[in-house]
Amino acid sequence: MLNSSLLQLGAALRARKISSVELTQLYLDRIATLNPELNAYITVNPDMSLAQARTADERITQGDASPLAGIPIAQKDIFCAQGWRTTCGSRMLHNFVSPYDAHVVSQFNSAGAVNLGKTNMDEFAMGSSNETSHFGAVKNPWNRDAVPGGSSGGTAAAVAARLCAAATGTDTGGSIRQPAALCGISGLKPTYGVVSRYGMIAFASSLDQAGPMARSAEDMALLLNAMAGFDERDSTSLQREKEDYARELNKPLNGLRIGLPREFFATGLSADVAQAVDAAITEYKKLGASVVDISLPNSRLSVPVYYVLAPAEASSNLSRFDGVRYGYRAPEYGDLADMYEKSRSQGFGAEVKRRIMIGTYVLSHGYYDAYYLQAQKIRRLIAQDFTEAFQQCDVIMGPTSPTTAFNLGEKGDDPVQMYLSDIYTIAVNLAGLPGMSIPCGFGNNNMPVGLQIIGNYFDEARMLNVAHRYQLATDWHVRTPSGI
Amino acid sequence: MTWEIVIGLEVHTQLSTHSKIFSGASTAFGAEPNTQACAVDLALPGVLPVLNKGAVERAIKFGLATGSAIAPRSVFARKNYFYPDLPKGYQISQFDLPVVGNGQLTIHVPASGKTEAHEKVVRITRAHLEEDAGKSLHEDFHGMTGIDLNRAGTPLLEIVSEPDIRNAAEAVAYAKALHTLVRWIGICDGNMQEGSFRCDANVSVHKPGTPFGTRREIKNLNSFRFLEQAINYEAHWQIETLENGGTIQQATVLFDPDKGETRMMRTKEEAHDYRYFPDPDLLPLEISPQWIEEVRTTLPELPQAKQARYVNELGLSAYDAGILTASREMADFFEATQRVVPKDAKLCANWLIGEVSAQLNRDGLEMAQCPITAQQLGGMLKRIADSTISNAGAKDVFRTMWAEGGDADAIIEAKGLKQVSDAGALEKIVDEIIAANPAQVAEYRGGKEKVFGFFVGLAMKASKGKANPAQMNEILKRKLAG
Amino acid sequence: MSLTLEDVKKVARLARLAMTEQEAQAAHAQLANIFGLIEEMQAVDTSGIAPMSHAQDVTQRLREDKVTEGNQREKFQAIAPQVQAGLYLVPQVIE
Repeated sequence: MLNSSLLQLGAALRARKISSVELTQLYLDRIATLNPELNAYITVNPDMSLAQARTADERITQGDASPLAGIPIAQKDIFCAQGWRTTCGSRMLHNFVSPYDAHVVSQFNSAGAVNLGKTNMDEFAMGSSNETSHFGAVKNPWNRDAVPGGSSGGTAAAVAARLCAAATGTDTGGSIRQPAALCGISGLKPTYGVVSRYGMIAFASSLDQAGPMARSAEDMALLLNAMAGFDERDSTSLQREKEDYARELNKPLNGLRIGLPREFFATGLSADVAQAVDAAITEYKKLGASVVDISLPNSRLSVPVYYVLAPAEASSNLSRFDGVRYGYRAPEYGDLADMYEKSRSQGFGAEVKRRIMIGTYVLSHGYYDAYYLQAQKIRRLIAQDFTEAFQQCDVIMGPTSPTTAFNLGEKGDDPVQMYLSDIYTIAVNLAGLPGMSIPCGFGNNNMPVGLQIIGNYFDEARMLNVAHRYQLATDWHVRTPSGI
Repeated sequence: MTWEIVIGLEVHTQLSTHSKIFSGASTAFGAEPNTQACAVDLALPGVLPVLNKGAVERAIKFGLATGSAIAPRSVFARKNYFYPDLPKGYQISQFDLPVVGNGQLTIHVPASGKTEAHEKVVRITRAHLEEDAGKSLHEDFHGMTGIDLNRAGTPLLEIVSEPDIRNAAEAVAYAKALHTLVRWIGICDGNMQEGSFRCDANVSVHKPGTPFGTRREIKNLNSFRFLEQAINYEAHWQIETLENGGTIQQATVLFDPDKGETRMMRTKEEAHDYRYFPDPDLLPLEISPQWIEEVRTTLPELPQAKQARYVNELGLSAYDAGILTASREMADFFEATQRVVPKDAKLCANWLIGEVSAQLNRDGLEMAQCPITAQQLGGMLKRIADSTISNAGAKDVFRTMWAEGGDADAIIEAKGLKQVSDAGALEKIVDEIIAANPAQVAEYRGGKEKVFGFFVGLAMKASKGKANPAQMNEILKRKLAG
Repeated sequence: MSLTLEDVKKVARLARLAMTEQEAQAAHAQLANIFGLIEEMQAVDTSGIAPMSHAQDVTQRLREDKVTEGNQREKFQAIAPQVQAGLYLVPQVIE
């Protein structure tokens, strides 16, 4: 059951081989056993999950054929879910029980899925190792000394450890793809605007995008079908025809042109990762694809640009956390300014405060043009690089992360080293393109390697097809960490 | 050389939408605290703004009414600062690219002191859409302040003038003209007690021919009287300070109506570093020429156009036309009345400006609350015009109508106020008077024309006041001439 | 452009983050490092390039002017740190 695909689980549920309550309980039991060590979940609420499972069972009995009905899905703790504690990995929201549902959550609810719990994450999604969570670091199921990546590290670990059937993530600079790569699972960040951001706690509004994290491309297509779609409550949600992301899964890859950006295979990429990615490209050639050498000359600037734009937006987005209407308020304070300063200083962790400081500085008087405006202009150059590249190829491939999972505490106190671990993923967010990571082998230390697939705008169905054909031909995605 | 005062106004008008600018919560005034603050207004984590079409429409109307440029593309920006009545920690406003650009407003400055009444054009720099903040209630909650966020997110159009205003009287005239206009075009209810229309005044002084002085901004003036008092006090204070060798520091001040003074705000907004940047949650606002044209068709005839028409087509004086267009209600009432008696615009004007206004004033009523309708008033004026009643009779009808309702013809009938216009009956009365007063007739004929009034008096008395005065005069003149 | 310790303190005040002298110094060192990375941008000639604020070149969608939200005060204030008589309480605000 634990290794079944979502389609197989759906079939089993509808055939009454298992009930949603039984399936949910199975996962809850696994969480109870494994989570104390992995720390993949911040909050589980068996009562609420089982109540939803019972409702799902009734729906199934009444003939509901929704593919996700009764399937336990975990939500990254960045999504507001009514009645659920929603912390965003922060002390600031340690006591915040959401009074409303995020669009993504209500989409899963109406599809009949069961909310299995809220997964751990870097605080306010700011991090690449899950070490910034107020609720403690998540352990990588492949090696408990290693990080799972971030910020959707809890989700990645939960999927890898079979602590849920599938789960959601969000990606601002690589937060779906990088942990997917480091935990040996599949993750997709859709085109900006395809999934509503309503109810997803904002980090950097112009870059944030929610997406599925699962064990296969096929599962992700099913999840994306539920998550994607227009939402009038998000001004940046795009009004497009509803599409079936699974429609092209099985299309042969003959004639597929794969662009390989030179810049993604240069210095900084560790040899074991390069080797696994090369092997994957070779496999694609066997599947009928051809390879094109491309260049993304401005992508080297994506880290500096990102560390101006994302903190700038974040510094403003996080101003609402002031201890007035919800969330953490310092137990002792003097006047109003003191209440603000103490609540925010105690409520936010070091990395969040660091980024608020960066963002406040780059927006402040006299620096705006040199930093924020300059970054926005280079952002356009980065996006234009992709537009030109897609004249010559259908998808772009490369490594998701320059290394496999590093050890907890390894990057220590050097934020810059941590920031550089997102070097291959950030440009995609800046351009607003869809990006994906799928497992493509293992590195020296037997840790998973991720292959990044970048598509043109709205090309998610083709990317899922590209991933699915590879997963039909290889078995990296079904490998399971030992002891799981 | 004397000092010149330089004033620019920033007027915040709450737009009369049903729902807020970025959320679906109600904007109705006076609800229980925080019952009209929805998830978006409270800035719960994860919520997002979506722009209200009604707010944009009203901004377009304002732009059209002031001959302003309407930006085909404008941008919403975040103005970042911390304040408990600002839930997001930033206000969504417009900065670089406001929805309304350069325009102007012609104002009538009434005579005061040495200055005669005059017209003046005040240039409008821009008008931009933004959200209002909540309210801080300073009653004592155990030494704490209470925050009500019902008002948070109410749409505002902030209208910024050029520093074209030179004294408090002009500032008031400008504010009043704007107040009239926004109500006229139906974008703001203008209720100043409820804070729907609030002024900030930027005041500086300098010697003509030298650069403008440093300005101080007087915040939140919510009556025309306070606006006038605050500017007068502030300008006087600045001049005195400078003459005593002091300097003016840029500052934000509040006006204390009890003391009649301005004072520095105690909350120092550190160097005003608002860190404006385009709101990533909102996309650029595009306004198509078609949309502007659609809105134009919904725009009523504007006060200035009406004034010109009243003068040129209806033959009213500029003064009367000005009064009749002081409010939309007045003009509408005038025009509806005038439709009943199309040829007698002047009569309509006289009655509205005279009796109707006086009576409203006495009863403390607004035009909108007028107990008689334009149909009723017109019906009565029609009877004056066709000589059915005299002016004196009309006043009687009007009083009855005001107090008890009813239409003019019924009141005239019931009260027997119909004039006698029967030439035979009037001639008979005149003949009798002439016969009974030979001495006065001789005086008149001898050239003492003042005696004419004596005969009129007798004639009216004899007719019990019902004689048509014009007709009676004509008969008297003819018969007295011999 | 180099970030001074004074800048760090000013920014902390603007962002309403309390900071001890020691914390400010530590933050200064780290931020200086990060700005070293960010400064790479300054070498790029971006004249004539329009800033990119949004991933998609689309314009703002408008909502019909309708009231769609009712009173949910009880639910919203259940999670508030301090309320009284329907109001959120904060330390006294002085204007």
